[in-house]
Amino acid sequence: MPDDFFNQLSDPANFQHPVNVTGQDKNLLFNQLESMLHIREAESCLATGKRDGFIGGPVHLGVGQEAVAVGVAGSLRKSDKVFGAHRSHSHVLAMGADVYRLFAEVLGKETGLSRGMGGSMHLWDKPNGFYGAVPIVSGTVSLAVGAGLAAKLQGSKDIGVSFLGDGAVEEGVVHESLNLARILNAPVLFVVENNLFASHMHISLRQPKASTARFAAANDLPYEIVDGNDAVAVHKAAAKLIANIREGRGPAFIEAITYRWYGHVDWREDIDVGVNRSSGDVSAWRKRDPIRRLADGMIQAGLCNDTFISELKSRTQQTISNAWQRALADPYPSSSALLTRVYASTGENRG
Amino acid sequence: MDNKYNYGTAMLAAFEYLLANYPEVFVIGQGLWSPWYVGNSMTNLEKKFGTARVIDTPVSESACTGAAVGAALAGMKPIVVHPRIDFMLYAMDAIVNQAAKWSHMFGGQASPAVTIRGIINRGGEQGAQHSQALQAWFAHIPGLRVVMPATVADARDLLISSVLSPDPVLFIDDRWLYDLEDTLPPIVEHNLALARPQCLQAGHDLTIVASGYSTRLALNAGQKLTGQGISAEIIDLRVLNPFYPELIVESVERTKHLLVIDGGWRTCGVAGEVIASVVERVSTSCFKKPPIRITLPDAPAPTSKVLENAYYPTVDLIVNCVNKLMH
Repeated sequence: MPDDFFNQLSDPANFQHPVNVTGQDKNLLFNQLESMLHIREAESCLATGKRDGFIGGPVHLGVGQEAVAVGVAGSLRKSDKVFGAHRSHSHVLAMGADVYRLFAEVLGKETGLSRGMGGSMHLWDKPNGFYGAVPIVSGTVSLAVGAGLAAKLQGSKDIGVSFLGDGAVEEGVVHESLNLARILNAPVLFVVENNLFASHMHISLRQPKASTARFAAANDLPYEIVDGNDAVAVHKAAAKLIANIREGRGPAFIEAITYRWYGHVDWREDIDVGVNRSSGDVSAWRKRDPIRRLADGMIQAGLCNDTFISELKSRTQQTISNAWQRALADPYPSSSALLTRVYASTGENRG
Repeated sequence: MDNKYNYGTAMLAAFEYLLANYPEVFVIGQGLWSPWYVGNSMTNLEKKFGTARVIDTPVSESACTGAAVGAALAGMKPIVVHPRIDFMLYAMDAIVNQAAKWSHMFGGQASPAVTIRGIINRGGEQGAQHSQALQAWFAHIPGLRVVMPATVADARDLLISSVLSPDPVLFIDDRWLYDLEDTLPPIVEHNLALARPQCLQAGHDLTIVASGYSTRLALNAGQKLTGQGISAEIIDLRVLNPFYPELIVESVERTKHLLVIDGGWRTCGVAGEVIASVVERVSTSCFKKPPIRITLPDAPAPTSKVLENAYYPTVDLIVNCVNKLMH
């Protein structure tokens, strides 16, 4: 049964319909729409910035996957501890990071989220509950378990959250982490964004079965498989599982099936096309656009109209453009930063 | 309270002090509920402080170490215990890519204040995968403090300093030291960032530098040398990274002779680093003889007793080397 649902979800011909918003809180829907558009425009800006040579380091864009981060973040609070990976702009923005500081970080500026020491792949925004993203695939999964364990030992109802990809579940530490979280009853939510690709490799070339939720079942974790391009579906699954985790019922697992519109890294849509990803697939998946689907659902429900959507879009673009211009003008870290940040304790360059 | 300790019970005293005084301290690792896994260094901690704070774990070095790093980021002061460093290699990503890098990568905002206790547990025909002393690997990593206590006092006090440090610390203790005895004063907290090499025996003929169990060998050799009329100054490194060579340089400028002992391998090892650090700081005419290093031979640890005896440095080997150096 999970496999059947997964198979339907992984075929882009399905699930192109407007999102069903019946019974959903109106404010939540508008917030989701705004947040997804904000992330989409921010990443589109980064794609252009990379193409035009403003950004030095690698940029892993998640355009098309916005509903996963936004759907989960709606049930999180700033005191939760969220961890990401190499493709985490959406995660940090969904938690409420200032897009100007994200841009400054990607540009290597002192004003950035990681004070210009991290770039796109190393993001930190503790005041918003974002406890770090790093590009070692699966590198933060066990850290999220520990952050959840800390919350439990501290007697709070906060949780750890691990965003990981379908490639990460091929790393051994993920399985250790699922088992450890379960045996310690640690309050942690694992969110697998299954976009069917690890770099250029389709999941069928990497795993005997395409649904990663089988690993949740193997470790006795409750799980949900959801349409990762439906913000409401992600929200419903996350809200239910997160409420249980906060009540002390242990870790849980979401597998959200989605797709990235760009190649593995940087701004080219076609970089992976021809390996195992055809341009036909990419255009089919674009029809399952999570933003268009939520907007259509809200319009159908009479919550807004096309004019509202296009005005929201141009307002968002203006915000993004202002943030980008401001970040471009900011200073780089001074050369002393090279040695003074090695140790948190002292700033001493040897100690 | 009895103030006599051995190296193992001194660490036990540190654990008890930390768990009693710091609610954010917890301990996680394999064998913690076993009476024999970690010698006498953690006996009954889980009974005294509860199994929620003294956590015995699945066979998952990687996830347990990563979880300790994550808990540290969330405000705890975790100690993760690896009863053998050899198995800790499964946790290299959590130690090297994560703990050691997060302060720098995030502009000094992240403080993964985790203590990773790796135990050197060798001899007794245990062989190549139950014997390694890998301090040089870890001392190579910027951002990771590497601590190797050689004395009973340091076994207790450096463990406390390590856990209270806002930085990630690899604390390496050695089972061959556990029966070493001493009388200790009451606990005083010290800042690990201020810990420096320490002169354990003053002397004027040569400088011997060592760490961990090698310091023990050096002190025993020093006694024999005194009997031969040779006055050795013995300096214990204590903290291998970050490394402060000033005390050693000052000593060598007086003694004009340097012997370095390390319990790891020779190539790219700690002994080579100590010698290089001194050589680049003293005048070209300082040394009366080229410095000497005593290390393991560049071979994995053997099993058979006969080969083990040939493999590990001994007091006699040190005395012979000193005689070569001095005559």
